[in-house]
Amino acid sequence: MTLSARDLHLKRGGRALIGGIDLTLAPGELVCLLGPNGAGKSTLIRCLDGIWKPTSGHVAVDDRPLPSLHRAELARTIAYVPQHSGETMGLDVTQIVTLGRAAHRHRESAGARRALVAAALQRFALAPFAHRTFDSLSGGEKQRVLIARAAVQEARYLLLDEPTSALDLRHQLEALSQVRAMVDRTGVGALMAIHDLSAAARFADRIALMKEGRLVAMGDWRAILTPERLRDVFGVSAHVGEIKGVPYVLPTEVP
Amino acid sequence: MTQTRQPWLIAVAGAALLALALFATLQGVTQIGAVEALRALLSPILPSSWSADLVPQDVAILTRLRLPRTLLAAIAGASLAAAGVAMQGITRNPLVSPYTIGISPAASFGACLAILAMGERGLSGQVMLVGAAFVSALVCAVLVLGLASLRGISGTVLVLAGVGLSYLFGALTSTLQFIATEQQLAVIVHWAFGSVNGATWDGVLVTGMVLAACLPVLLAQAWALNAFAAGGDEVAASLGFAVMRTRVTVTLASVLMTAAVVSFAGVIGFVGLIAPHVGRLLVGGDHRRLLPFAAIVGAGLLLLADLAGRLLFAPVTVPVGIVVAYLGVPLFLHLLLRPRGRAS
Repeated sequence: MTLSARDLHLKRGGRALIGGIDLTLAPGELVCLLGPNGAGKSTLIRCLDGIWKPTSGHVAVDDRPLPSLHRAELARTIAYVPQHSGETMGLDVTQIVTLGRAAHRHRESAGARRALVAAALQRFALAPFAHRTFDSLSGGEKQRVLIARAAVQEARYLLLDEPTSALDLRHQLEALSQVRAMVDRTGVGALMAIHDLSAAARFADRIALMKEGRLVAMGDWRAILTPERLRDVFGVSAHVGEIKGVPYVLPTEVP
Repeated sequence: MTQTRQPWLIAVAGAALLALALFATLQGVTQIGAVEALRALLSPILPSSWSADLVPQDVAILTRLRLPRTLLAAIAGASLAAAGVAMQGITRNPLVSPYTIGISPAASFGACLAILAMGERGLSGQVMLVGAAFVSALVCAVLVLGLASLRGISGTVLVLAGVGLSYLFGALTSTLQFIATEQQLAVIVHWAFGSVNGATWDGVLVTGMVLAACLPVLLAQAWALNAFAAGGDEVAASLGFAVMRTRVTVTLASVLMTAAVVSFAGVIGFVGLIAPHVGRLLVGGDHRRLLPFAAIVGAGLLLLADLAGRLLFAPVTVPVGIVVAYLGVPLFLHLLLRPRGRAS
């Protein structure tokens, strides 16, 4: 019962975006995907969700190859949270969250769907915005809506592409806590691309570190986020440690 | 912004449209009393004893001239509005409509080409006309929407590409006008303005059947259109929708409706742009409600525009395409200049 990639390669426009990726995501764990811009984090996430077809290698979900799954079945198995949504043409919060049920819509009544969506709006503190247009929300509220949509998808795996990069401190913390809570409560397996190394160390069960399209290290943050490796991957010197049980990665200079 | 989501709004709008259609049919240069007019309109389906005392000329005016005109205006408005909603949804671009991305001008060119090539028009001629308009419009749609689906092409570029293609097809149509004979020219000019003058039952039947076939197809894609509107290709795919199939289906249905309308009413701009926005303001962005509601709004808008064109400068009839442009251009500029990222 895993989402796994074996020797994944993707070339686009003659350029290798990712190469030789081996990765396994188990239910109930939160893995944070780290790496500099252009390391291939988003590309990997798109390959894992079947949005892009890998040039070679394969992705399997619960031992079934990804291409053998019907699109709707795939959507019931893997949910995707994009970084942002852009203009959404007047759709309101309820309608956006309801879209998470799209792949379930032929097997449930409209009433059951409404109840499920209403419960999710409640859980993510979105009930007051239920009939506001998505475009009129603040960045933090929008991100909550996108996470709520993925939650009602009731998938076994969750892929998040930098869900916190546009948020301020408080909303970052809020969104990450929500993802962590969702993983713990529902047992979903989550892979989240993120730039904040300290937050990744704090919230993730495991860290996956990418550089130039390759996965260079994977494991507990203490073993992965060493000053030597940070210098190698990100090109910065950094202090790494813990204050009162909260990990920190503090970049100091560009050597 | 809080949205009104009353489901009865569609029923009310539908009833208002029927009333407007009836009113528009009763208005005209020849004054015919309301009761007589109603009896005349119903005469083909009622026993002849009901309409025995009516003036045959009045009956002919109502059933052969005014009723097809009303119906063609309503069908054209509904078709263009539904096509506009679908195209805006799938491209996530509020500036897109059959007119603004060049599909209507392309269809017009195809129709003109067919007239020049065929000359005589029978029923097979009508089918050829729609076919030629459809093929030409499809070429334009593939060019513009193909550009849009390329990564990194922004919404503004899509509209600018449409403007470019509008000019191209406009120039091609002008070329045809230049080499056409006097009689051919008279027919072609009708297309350039966009009007329901001289509407026939043939036109009503063909455009009506295309609308009746395509609107349900689009409605069946309402969930998918919501997904495209909510997050584009990637999000639609991750929510379980077949991206390419949806794109092709929605584009074909929109282009076919546009081509059918242009084949009989010429290029009528801006309905496909305004009606979706009015619809979103009143019933929100959910395509399950927006598609039928915007279609009703589009139908009502064209009926009103045609009524204004007929009555304000009577006895001169200003083509409906010109009247609608007076409404549409200011709104288009408003949409173009408003800050992005806000609700419609």
